[in-house]
Amino acid sequence: MTVLSITRPLENLGRATLESLAGIGHAAMLLLESFYFAATGWRHGQPVRLRMVFEQMRQIGVDALPIVALLAMTIGIMLGIQFVAALSEFGAQSQVVVAVAKSVTREFGALITAILVAGRSGSALAARIGSMSVSQEVDALAVIGIDPVRYLAAPALISMLLMLPALTVFADAVSISGAALYSSPALNITPTAYISQTLALLTPGDIGQGIAKSLVFAVLISLIGISTGFSVSGGAEGVGRATTRAVVLSICYIIVADMIFSFFLNR
Amino acid sequence: MNAAIPLIEVDQLEAWYGRRRILHGIDFNVNAGEIRVIMGGSGSGKSTLLRHLLGLHKPRSGTVKILGTDIAKAGEGEMLAVRRQIGVSFQGGALLTSMSVGDNVALPLREHTKLDENTIRIMSRLKLEVVNLGGFQDLMPSQLSGGMIKRAALARAIVMDPKLLFFDEPSAGLDPVVSAELDELILRLRDALRMTIVVVTHELDSAFKIADTITVLDQGEILLTDTVDKVRHTDNERIQDLLNRRPREVPVDADAYLRRLTEEQGPIGYV
Repeated sequence: MTVLSITRPLENLGRATLESLAGIGHAAMLLLESFYFAATGWRHGQPVRLRMVFEQMRQIGVDALPIVALLAMTIGIMLGIQFVAALSEFGAQSQVVVAVAKSVTREFGALITAILVAGRSGSALAARIGSMSVSQEVDALAVIGIDPVRYLAAPALISMLLMLPALTVFADAVSISGAALYSSPALNITPTAYISQTLALLTPGDIGQGIAKSLVFAVLISLIGISTGFSVSGGAEGVGRATTRAVVLSICYIIVADMIFSFFLNR
Repeated sequence: MNAAIPLIEVDQLEAWYGRRRILHGIDFNVNAGEIRVIMGGSGSGKSTLLRHLLGLHKPRSGTVKILGTDIAKAGEGEMLAVRRQIGVSFQGGALLTSMSVGDNVALPLREHTKLDENTIRIMSRLKLEVVNLGGFQDLMPSQLSGGMIKRAALARAIVMDPKLLFFDEPSAGLDPVVSAELDELILRLRDALRMTIVVVTHELDSAFKIADTITVLDQGEILLTDTVDKVRHTDNERIQDLLNRRPREVPVDADAYLRRLTEEQGPIGYV
């Protein structure tokens, strides 16, 4: 019994390690296979359908525009409030414009958009693919000769890679406009002057940093959503669990990846 | 195809889930033009055997050849060629819920052929007529009854005119009349379209009605493969138990029983 009490935790640790390694391996395979089908699928009868990519782009990107705009505007106003309050303590109101511009483009635009899309589309991917696995629809696709990765995973991944950077740039623009609306009266300048100052201060590198991050987030959100979807077992309850898991995991990975990214890009 | 060449050849197939052995060295052949019923109780391994025949699982050991192709060794292209010649109707239908019935039936044609949209529409409606679902192409799967879903799934399975048709539990969850209609439909498909059909079921009436030959599976082993009459009159006790709905007598091993109750780490399964 004493031996078991030592070996049991070790065994559990080992099993958990192996499972997470297998999960990462599975996700990496999904990524490679999706790119493989996108690049060469049409040559051997497994084309990634443009129609499905556009459909996913609409669901992931266009349909998310209102909520992204709302949140980005709010974040912009909030940053405006904070920076005006904090910087005026040092009499440095003139730095509000550059502080907002850099923090939005480098950090908040990409982060807020990614968290929102993880909640909206990452969970939807996990739920859709999960319920298809449970009802044998994924098996049905496979026996018809339609590779499920090509049919379900590749369009989602590609459209996520296209739409998340686009949404991020959109969120940047809306956030800065929001900050301009709040801060320009406090700074005694017109909103137009605020925006033109922002444009003069921003470098392509700032926006590029946000876009680079959003590409990494896009891969994380879609791979986590898709792989948890494919690994669903246990009926409707399993689908529910997978959906929650996909959102929580994606947001955790997004924040950790963001921190790592910021560290290396700002040294 | 020459009737002497089996369409399905399974040789010494073993299947495991974790440490539990599901199939014990199965040999299984199906010839062209026959309706083979795989029969067995719950947990007999019949679904696992079917998943191996469909190439959804790779065999741990042994070989599975479908239409002469060893599916464990087949490349992507060869496997696709095999899949275009087989049709599968799953137990729950497995229609894609995001598409209408007509689009579901047309899906294999859209993916595997370069036919124009008109031809595809006519061909998929023809198959819907074959399964008595003419005019239902615009409904969504959620608007169909259980029997209609199975028939729509059958229409999708036969839309590419497969040589080999698999049917998983055709009568599960259906009332006797609908399930009898489905049996008639299976017989008609064999006669009209010359398909070789493999049906997995545990319904005795349906099995005896449609089968040319029956394979009886029990606890991962094939007890018997023979014609309907011979299976009916076999003196194998386990088959007679299955046919006459007699409960199995499981001998109790007192030591194993005690061990299962007291062991700290529960048994992973029987081997």
